Amino acid sequence: MKKTLYDKIWNEHLVHENKDGSSLIYIDRHLVHEVTSPQAFDGLGIKKRNIWNKNSIFAVSDHNVPTKNRASGIDDKISKLQVDTLIDNCKKHKLSYFDLNNINQGIVHVIGPELAITQPGMTLVCGDSHTSTHGALASLAFGIGTSDVEHVLATQCININKEKNFKINITNSLSHLVSSKDLILHIIKIIGTSGGTGYTIEFTGNCIENMSIESRMTMCNMSIEAGAKSGLVSFDSKTFDYMLNRKYSPSKQHLNSAIKYWETLVSDSDAEFDKTLSFDAADVLPQVTWGTSPEMTTDINGKTPDPENENDSSKKQYIQRALDYMGLEANQDIQSIKLDKIFIGSCTNSRIEDLRQAAKILEGYKISDHIKQAIVVPGSGHVKAEAEKEGLDKIFIKSGFEWREPGCSMCLGMNNDSLLPYERCASTSNRNFEGRQGDKGRTHLVSPSMAALAAIKGHFSNVVEFINEK
Amino acid sequence: MKNKIIEGQVIPFDQSNIDTDAIIPKQYLKSIKKSGFGPFLFDSLRYTDPGDLGTTEKRNLNSDFVLNIKPYSDGNIILANDNFGCGSSREHAVWALKDYGIEAVISTSFADIFYRNSFKNGLLLISLKKDELENIFDEISASPKYNLTINIQNQTITTPNSQVYSFTISDADKERIIFEYDDIELSLKYKDKIRNYESEMKLKKPWIFENNND
Ligand code: SF4
Repeated sequence: MKKTLYDKIWNEHLVHENKDGSSLIYIDRHLVHEVTSPQAFDGLGIKKRNIWNKNSIFAVSDHNVPTKNRASGIDDKISKLQVDTLIDNCKKHKLSYFDLNNINQGIVHVIGPELAITQPGMTLVCGDSHTSTHGALASLAFGIGTSDVEHVLATQCININKEKNFKINITNSLSHLVSSKDLILHIIKIIGTSGGTGYTIEFTGNCIENMSIESRMTMCNMSIEAGAKSGLVSFDSKTFDYMLNRKYSPSKQHLNSAIKYWETLVSDSDAEFDKTLSFDAADVLPQVTWGTSPEMTTDINGKTPDPENENDSSKKQYIQRALDYMGLEANQDIQSIKLDKIFIGSCTNSRIEDLRQAAKILEGYKISDHIKQAIVVPGSGHVKAEAEKEGLDKIFIKSGFEWREPGCSMCLGMNNDSLLPYERCASTSNRNFEGRQGDKGRTHLVSPSMAALAAIKGHFSNVVEFINEK
Repeated sequence: MKNKIIEGQVIPFDQSNIDTDAIIPKQYLKSIKKSGFGPFLFDSLRYTDPGDLGTTEKRNLNSDFVLNIKPYSDGNIILANDNFGCGSSREHAVWALKDYGIEAVISTSFADIFYRNSFKNGLLLISLKKDELENIFDEISASPKYNLTINIQNQTITTPNSQVYSFTISDADKERIIFEYDDIELSLKYKDKIRNYESEMKLKKPWIFENNND
């Protein structure tokens, strides 16, 4: 029978099928961070259970860590306790941990692929919904809650039901300076935040084939914002190139057998999907979210919606509530929206490619006087080092951005980087929920080059037109 | 046959896409414990002043928010619109709902990770059809004191005027709520099978088990 990539990875990891339709699936990699793990380690201790496969675990602190003055440690006592708890748990159980001074430290979803902890065909979990990112390397990766973190620690398996297969096929190529972030926002705008619930999404088509691994990660990263726990891209020559010569790439001894296995990690050509949708990449313009859900998106030439145009009263309310929260009027031009802060970072857009795109726009420009703060937070120590090697840090600093240490930072503002009430931010992160970047803060999701241009102009503007003039 | 009945006041929360950031904001995720999240449930909607872990001052209630309005403030069953629990995987959201005293959430649909987290902690989630959900919303706005009875074994909800709606949940989830199983214990029944699988894979895909940690 013809199989999808998802079916293949699933079957390969199936340990046991329960009578009720759920299955025990073996987990190859378990990434652990400080926020969703302490209660799981506690649970193990209480029941005196052992960790099944310590080699499968890689831990890092990222959510709660300072992005400046690292040498002076973590000020916030409660944050420090959480990070220290992870360090203690890793010591106690002898687990791999990357501390704050280690070049391998960074956002868990940036370092996994970058260090080749994530490899094609693996099953990978983390107590974090954006684990979907890792699917860009043809691995089955998804976020889990803390009870499941404990379950995987103790059994190396997860007990789940199989999802359905959803193919999103993207033809043609994106216009110059329109990025995979714009593409995924465009898709979420159309299918909605629950459009992928119950499915694993595989992204296919020549647009994806031509896309870098980094851009594919941005697509898979945000499949959770469409409700799908996992996004996937089949293995190809780009995945192959990406996997070589990284810290945890397969050893020489096993590399050839690994490659042989990887080459099978594609959906069979006539495999049946439960649902298929097609998009034309050439239709996609730069996107900006106007509301408090990633589906509340429009293109850069668009306006905020008018609730009066909705017949359904709950839809009307839904739009009005978002406009009120965001401090926007109905029918307002997106380009008229003025900004206070700019954030370039997060597991969606903090890889080297993202920083290059932003720097390219900023080079030779200063950020607008209206902007109170603009920060760039590289996704990992390696991204930071590479950017510095290329001189990107100097471009950012010269234009008025702050150049920070790696972490989640203002994506969720668990450290000191957050929005003050009513501040408005152009952010390359993935969630514009109420309060996400700070209590009463207002978030507009955009691509790195759109965020850079918003910094220069002080309001949203079309990066495609700008570069023609530049 | 063992059963569990949940009975109580409904809290009508007529919004869709209620995300886990709203259920429990990030500042509380710094806690390394599983308990004590109840006072911070829906924190930024529930209070007018900002809060943080360890804040001991009395907070100002937002009198417009449904949890602060009588009789809903005595409720233990949330009624909400589509796609409840979307966003972050934080199980703290479920711990907060449980700690506050919520025993069931009724909606048309739930986000996947939230769904799993809920049953793992004995929080019952019920999906109803859109028109059924709207009927209940309408009835509550007509008479706010509104108690539902949920019979888990029979998978039914009975309204104050004796209307009965049925719902589906998997047998496994039903048992999780009724018996409060330890999932790890159940999986470890198959530990020999897991071990055999692992040994087979160590031969077939040895690179998976490498970890050249220094
Ligand atoms: S960068 Fe943001 S979305 Fe990504 S893992 Fe960190 S907090 Fe989560």
